[in-house]
Amino acid sequence: MILLGIDTSCDDTSAGVVVDGRRALSNVVHSQVKVHHPHGGVVPELASREHIKNIMPVVEEALNRAKVGLRDLDGIAVTIGPGLVGALLVGLYYAKGVSYASGVPLVGVNHLEGHILSIFLEEQLPDFPFVALTVSGGHTNLYYVEDFGQYTLLGQTLDDAAGEAFDKVAKISGLGYPGGVAIERVARQGRGDRIRFPRAYLTKGSLDFSFSGLKTAVSLFMKKWEDHPDDVALADIGASFQESVVDVLVDKAILALRQKDAPALVLGGGVACNQRLRERMKVRAVEEGARLYTPRPEYCTDNGAMIAVAGYHRLQSGHCVGLDLDVRSRFPL
Amino acid sequence: MTKETRLIVRTHSGEGTVDVGRKLGALLHGGDVIALSGELGSGKTWFTKGMALGLGVSPHMVVTSPSFALMNEYEGEIPLFHMDVYRLDKVSDFLDTGLEEYLHGEGAVAMEWSDRWPQILPDWCVQVHLTVLDETSREIALSGQHKRAVAILEQMKQELER
Repeated sequence: MILLGIDTSCDDTSAGVVVDGRRALSNVVHSQVKVHHPHGGVVPELASREHIKNIMPVVEEALNRAKVGLRDLDGIAVTIGPGLVGALLVGLYYAKGVSYASGVPLVGVNHLEGHILSIFLEEQLPDFPFVALTVSGGHTNLYYVEDFGQYTLLGQTLDDAAGEAFDKVAKISGLGYPGGVAIERVARQGRGDRIRFPRAYLTKGSLDFSFSGLKTAVSLFMKKWEDHPDDVALADIGASFQESVVDVLVDKAILALRQKDAPALVLGGGVACNQRLRERMKVRAVEEGARLYTPRPEYCTDNGAMIAVAGYHRLQSGHCVGLDLDVRSRFPL
Repeated sequence: MTKETRLIVRTHSGEGTVDVGRKLGALLHGGDVIALSGELGSGKTWFTKGMALGLGVSPHMVVTSPSFALMNEYEGEIPLFHMDVYRLDKVSDFLDTGLEEYLHGEGAVAMEWSDRWPQILPDWCVQVHLTVLDETSREIALSGQHKRAVAILEQMKQELER
């Protein structure tokens, strides 16, 4: 079964072609990062019109690279939420148009399910059940995954997502955009134990996250540091901040493994590209006797292939939908 | 326009900030716009958590930062549209996103980083500016000039004195 997956839930327009929910034939992302970097900081023009401009070339490129035509497709999977309504609508209406014209069945997908299932594009697969940590610019969620389509939310951020904390701290400290990449790079030159930034564990046993206090702490620290740098380098601040985020993500993910007595942990989302997080998580998972599964970076960040994977399993369980499908800005799994 | 009305409150914890937001939220009608401003980490999202409670959004709904998504919607007795223009560069980006329509819609709006382009805000908005005093304390200044904003602030004054 060959599926085309389309995602326009946030900044990137992406499309991928996947066979049987396992093997990606193509995965094309029109990243807007390059276009916006010169503005020096804040992020992208999120206008839906960027997606409108990108969607046809991105889908065509995905089909070309996969060497398939529309008539080879068994399904079109498209993200219908969560995300910004205007952006989601571009992907959905494009997919509806293609589905209507070609007769290929359409299926709506939750973006978060795509992130959880992106690991199925890799060789090494986890067995069910597993714990999934989905961590990106917009989300920081822990799920207990018992099967395809069976997800229990264990915890989530109560304020900022981890990726958002990276972006905002990078902006406060003038490290640039995208913040995750900028901080990870500078952190390699710094000492992560130089400054003890707060770690929010919330109540005992809680699997929820909070990163806004950390953001405030870095902001207050920077104000003092600019006048009195002492012997602290900017790289130390970046490394210490990163260490604080990684500590909390690792500790909560391990706590979730223990609470659910789960044998495997699966990472997903853009922040899962962070090497420090991957290394620290691996060490701790092994100590717990659990296995860690991490998709390659191109499947961690937003992508169309993961939407095709999730769409494949939706179609398998009979979730084909009609053209009256609509988008949902809030869409809990 | 009448003379500006202004209220100042100090809070000493995130919960305190939520509580002020809750009191304000409970006074709002559909179409009211709360224009939030204040530096990173000053508590704009936490204030909005309170507004959601006051508007009758289920306490089980977790109000999180809309910076990435640009806007989150919450169903309450009155719907809450929580938007954030932090990531937008230009006022034209704001117009392109279609968020402006919500300023004239049926729900209550909380807009973070609203001081970026004052010209997009409707006359009747209530300005809420948060200032970081220290790690946990905040000064919250509520102000407005339009008669609807003044009416909200008068009621808010009574609520705070209670």
